[in-house]
Amino acid sequence: MADRLTKSAARNIFYGGSIFFLVVFLALGAHSHYYAVTQSSPTDGVPEDVAKGKRVWETNSCINCHTIMGEGAYFAPELGNVWIRYGGDEDPESARAALRGWIKAQPTGVPGRRQMPDFNLSDQEIDHLIDFLKWTSQVDTQGWPPTEAG
Amino acid sequence: MSYRTQWVAYPFFVAAMGLFVVQVLVGGLAGTVYVLPNFLSETLPFHVLRMTHTNALLVWLLLGFMGATYWMVPEESERDIESPLLAYVGLALMLVAALGAVAGYPFGIHEGREYLEQPLWSRILITASVLVFCYNVTLTVWKGRRTSVSIVLLAGLLLAAVFYLFNFWIPENLVVDKMYWWWIVHIWVEGVWELIMAAILAYLLIKLTGVDREVIEKWMYIIVAMSLFSGLLGTGHHYYWIGLPEYWQWVGSIFSTLEIAPFFAMVVFAFYMVWKGGRDHPNKAALLWSLGCPTVAFFGAGVWGFMHTLSPVNFYSHGTQVTAAHAHLAFYGAYVMLNLGIITYAMPQLRGVRPYLQIPNMWSFWIMTSAVAFMTFTLTFAGIVQTHLQRVLGRDFMTIQDQIWPFYVGRLGAGVVVILSVLLFVWAIFGPVRQERRGTAERAAAQPAE
Repeated sequence: MADRLTKSAARNIFYGGSIFFLVVFLALGAHSHYYAVTQSSPTDGVPEDVAKGKRVWETNSCINCHTIMGEGAYFAPELGNVWIRYGGDEDPESARAALRGWIKAQPTGVPGRRQMPDFNLSDQEIDHLIDFLKWTSQVDTQGWPPTEAG
Repeated sequence: MSYRTQWVAYPFFVAAMGLFVVQVLVGGLAGTVYVLPNFLSETLPFHVLRMTHTNALLVWLLLGFMGATYWMVPEESERDIESPLLAYVGLALMLVAALGAVAGYPFGIHEGREYLEQPLWSRILITASVLVFCYNVTLTVWKGRRTSVSIVLLAGLLLAAVFYLFNFWIPENLVVDKMYWWWIVHIWVEGVWELIMAAILAYLLIKLTGVDREVIEKWMYIIVAMSLFSGLLGTGHHYYWIGLPEYWQWVGSIFSTLEIAPFFAMVVFAFYMVWKGGRDHPNKAALLWSLGCPTVAFFGAGVWGFMHTLSPVNFYSHGTQVTAAHAHLAFYGAYVMLNLGIITYAMPQLRGVRPYLQIPNMWSFWIMTSAVAFMTFTLTFAGIVQTHLQRVLGRDFMTIQDQIWPFYVGRLGAGVVVILSVLLFVWAIFGPVRQERRGTAERAAAQPAE
């Protein structure tokens, strides 16, 4: 390494540069927050049932098997677009019924197949959860996922 | 051991190793569920195993960093730790928080944001523990000799604590939630933890190679500068597909490509210092870990990270087993090996003996590293096949999972070997020492001044 670069010069580059990049990062973060709230989210504000559905999603730790928008465990299917996969765009009533039926049928107990536990969700909790998944499917995700399989 | 209070590190290392064993054992169970899906499905479902696996990892790495800090800071600051009592209080708080949280997981007592599932009371205790730790270390550093190593270490620890505070805010909007969630997860492991890593590596290289501190600290500043310059905006590689602006595809692709640079620099740094130093330090095992850490981190974080970080590639690979492959090798190389290195270095001095059981320790290095590498390869192949079938051909997730089952068998085999090598490491660290306690003259010889 060049001997002309002293330790104190390296230290100053570290401090100065880090502050610069932190400021840029915070500025882009502020803009992204604004964009998320005003442009990519499907609704103005988060409806109450969607917020409740998100709590159901969290308190049952769904993310430690499933992914949502590609993030989570990779043990069970992607659920960010499950509403669309179940045809919710065209026939919301059937999609809702099918999702409700699927959740209630767990665990299947089929040998050699991954098991989803029975989380003892009430009908209302399942409805809120489905509202949350529907809301999530309508977020503008830059065209991801590439296929309906999620 | 130059300062009596350095002994505080010992219980931290014991607790860290205990949780390390828990982490790999539960990881083994989770790997078994991938192969035999009905295994434990009634008693300990997969999501409980995974939460335990990841939480145990994070807590033991943090405990290891804390132990390493309490070990290093007295030597760097040339004074005893401000309050050993507070250090023990912090350890107790962290253990209660972590063990209490994990004990509640099988009974459904948890939150649901990935890696941050601890219930509120546990998060408050973790914060309290970290505050106590930061207070103690800051005072010790401030009142003593302030070296660049201890300043960078302290900066990393304090920034990690600051970003952790986002864990107390769970936005209702999923997109906003995800955006700030990454401020904890990404900024930790690809930002401020790299400061901690560079500082600990610099300390080890000063001690093991005998190269002049000025030279090593200059390198350290350059490395941490590259880490933050690339890592902060590199957060963008998590922002491609979660409802954030399109410009992140450019920002994330460019800056996360640059994230390789600090890891590459760490490899060059470590090998160059060892070559330049020429000191024949008796603790060969610590030297091995100190060289292995940056090397495997470069492959795991750098190469495996770059493999799927460009947005046109990530569009297809996002959220597949490719991510799991990268995560395993990166965490192992960067942070597991770092902790095992500083523990291997400090333990003989903590126990007041010359380096011991070095051969089993070095065997555990090679076995563990090979096994984690094998695990990474199986998951990479699984991920590539999954990406093609699911993201290009659009086949059903569960059908594909059945087809890539053989890779999961390979992963489980590697996992069993990891567990055995971890047990070997723990034995090599805490096992019996068949030699006399050394005298003062030997102590001086084994632990040369800088």
